[in-house]
Amino acid sequence: MKLQDPKLLVQPAPLLKQPLTTAKAMGDVAFALAPATLAGVWFFGLGALLIVSAGIAGAVLTEWVFSPSGQRRAKLLDGSGLITGLLLGLSLPPGLPLWMAFLGGVVSIGLGKLIWGGLGYNLFNPALVGRAFLLATFPVAMTTWNAHTGDFFAVQASILATPFLQATYDGMSAATPLGTMKFEGQSTPLWDLVIGKTSGCIGETSGLLLVLGGIYLVLRRDLDWRIPASILLSVAAFSLVLFLIDPAGYPDPLFSLFSGGLLLGAIYMATDPVTSPITPKGAWIFGVGVGLLVVLIRVFGGFPEGVMYAILLMNAATPLIDRYTQPRVFGKGIKTP
Amino acid sequence: MMLSTLRLRRGFAHGVHPHEHKVLTADLPTQRMPFVDRYVLPLDQHLGVPAKPVVTPGQRVRRGQRIAAPGAFVSTSLHSPVTGWVRTIGHHRYPGGRFSKAIEIEADPYATQRLEGEPPPDWHALSPDGFVAALQDSGIVGLGGAALPAHVKYSLREGIKIKYLIANGAECEPYLTNDHRVMVERSDRLLRGIEILRTRLGAAEAIIGIERNKPDAIAILDRQLWPNQPVRVVPLRVKYPQGDSKMMIKSLLDIEVPAGLHAADLGIIMNNVSTIAAIADWFDTGMPYIDRMVTVSGPGIERPSNLIVPLGTPVREVLRYCGGLSDDTREVIMGGPMMGTPIASLDAPIIKSSSGILAFTATETARPQEYPCIRCGRCLEACPYFLNPSRLARLAKSRMYEEMKHIQIMECVECGSCTYACPSGIPIVQLIRTAKRVLRGHKQG
Repeated sequence: MKLQDPKLLVQPAPLLKQPLTTAKAMGDVAFALAPATLAGVWFFGLGALLIVSAGIAGAVLTEWVFSPSGQRRAKLLDGSGLITGLLLGLSLPPGLPLWMAFLGGVVSIGLGKLIWGGLGYNLFNPALVGRAFLLATFPVAMTTWNAHTGDFFAVQASILATPFLQATYDGMSAATPLGTMKFEGQSTPLWDLVIGKTSGCIGETSGLLLVLGGIYLVLRRDLDWRIPASILLSVAAFSLVLFLIDPAGYPDPLFSLFSGGLLLGAIYMATDPVTSPITPKGAWIFGVGVGLLVVLIRVFGGFPEGVMYAILLMNAATPLIDRYTQPRVFGKGIKTP
Repeated sequence: MMLSTLRLRRGFAHGVHPHEHKVLTADLPTQRMPFVDRYVLPLDQHLGVPAKPVVTPGQRVRRGQRIAAPGAFVSTSLHSPVTGWVRTIGHHRYPGGRFSKAIEIEADPYATQRLEGEPPPDWHALSPDGFVAALQDSGIVGLGGAALPAHVKYSLREGIKIKYLIANGAECEPYLTNDHRVMVERSDRLLRGIEILRTRLGAAEAIIGIERNKPDAIAILDRQLWPNQPVRVVPLRVKYPQGDSKMMIKSLLDIEVPAGLHAADLGIIMNNVSTIAAIADWFDTGMPYIDRMVTVSGPGIERPSNLIVPLGTPVREVLRYCGGLSDDTREVIMGGPMMGTPIASLDAPIIKSSSGILAFTATETARPQEYPCIRCGRCLEACPYFLNPSRLARLAKSRMYEEMKHIQIMECVECGSCTYACPSGIPIVQLIRTAKRVLRGHKQG
């Protein structure tokens, strides 16, 4: 029997904790993205895998280099750098030179996260900051789309281009469904969009797998379902309005939902908790804002695709949204009987 | 009626679902802990002004004899739990770690320890003020955790008409089963107390709210009610913090008590079931509050038990009676694991609010690696008061305490749901607690 005073801890209650940790939640996200990633590699060949890996390497290495030496292990183990790199890689075109993908990873973490103060303090989605940087810096490389090669092991020359030299694009290029829609007024069969048999960024083409991963995350309560729900509903609603006005000139809502980076963005990027509103009401406002901007940019803007800018713009509005959507505190602001 | 039934199902919003661990002690009949040699009774073991000793060192005292008188209105009496001698009136260890003024009593090993209290006051005949005074004499405090002297709630403002008396049997803290055992073993005392209080208050209805995880208590109480008795037993969802008074009122009556008001302002009085049973004992037998029901449990306890322990018994003796601590015990908590206080020394005594003595090992006490807040919003979904714990924690870390006031930090009841829910391992409620203390200090100048 032990009754000598053990060295008792006096750490305050509560002692109980639910089992989920940040690292586990990040692991869930990676797991949910795995099918879409593999599909991208399947469709675009081994080169796609190299590009995604380069994005991850750039992100994780930057995280490691700029972390205080004592915290490096913890910083890498929280998994956020990995997710940023993965999301960046999935949002890159399949013929992008590897060094650009790597540089994108560096910028994602460096300018997208670390200079803000690290995990939890950044205003903009780091992966999209990296992507916006790449699109501004290498507009040609970022808008050259390869068709599905059919040859899994063929790695295009452009991918292995020497850093800072102009890459040559020898692969068969093919316009994305949104590109054909915008510039040629041609739609793409819905089934191709759903399974991902179209050109586009590595991870964005397979709508089905992206949605399945999203459902998994919602069931695990790793993401706020309100954000993808409100984005997708508002995109559908706004494009339905346009479609009803002029069915020949505007895409139908289903095409809008499954084309481009909308699903990847709505399910995995807009839901980044750090850069989206924390309040339930705010999540709805944020989602509707993203949806409206996506439709506006796609239909009236210069680019065929607008998911990235829509999310980044709404990221900037997030602190404001949070401020004005705080829930009413229990017992406050009700009539005193 | 239909509508109110539907509302009852809804209960309060948010909250968390910790593992209950009540199975360790839920079915164990209560045992009476034997008397020990020495008792320590802190004078400030209730909310409010400390009691004033009315005995002197060396004096002989009987079990049940008053040894300290209320120091003010918000204060209560203290009675000797044993027959013996007052040894010292000095500073002794309080469970939280500090020293506080206490009366130390040495038990008389040859005394029978039979209760020889004063004749019980006739609760029927008392004036309203007399009833409050009689309650203050009993030394009974709110046993749900806050230890507010029980009479305070019954001193009603002019013009307040009480409609509902609520007996709080939620016992939503994990591990604790002492209220559960009171409802099962002393259901007659509980119902008797409800009758006394309901009659005194002129309340139209009494409601006993019990979480569904205590079906035996619900059944036993239900069985003892006669048809049309204005007492109802209402099963509640198992959700923490169901036992918080404002959450329970929301669950039972769908009434949101406005911030800054008390339930009594809306015509509702709530007491813990154990408090009500103690009130029945006092008015029926003259037994003041000297024995406390304690759940001794947790992975570090050899023999988990439900015990009746005389106040002032050192925690060490309680643990000895339960087979001692396991070798890997790292922390002992007084109260529940969500809101209790860690005990710094096993010499600390059982006090009026000691609902549990829980021993935890390294598994439970290991602090998770703390990550930065990623604003996942789980704390917002946990907070039953709809605060923004994420922002409160961030402000607290920057010591921006004044800003915390603007986002209603003072409405926090420190239930700990936010810390429980946080996947980043941030000690949110601990930060809030510190900030509240600082803010209160500033206010007092």
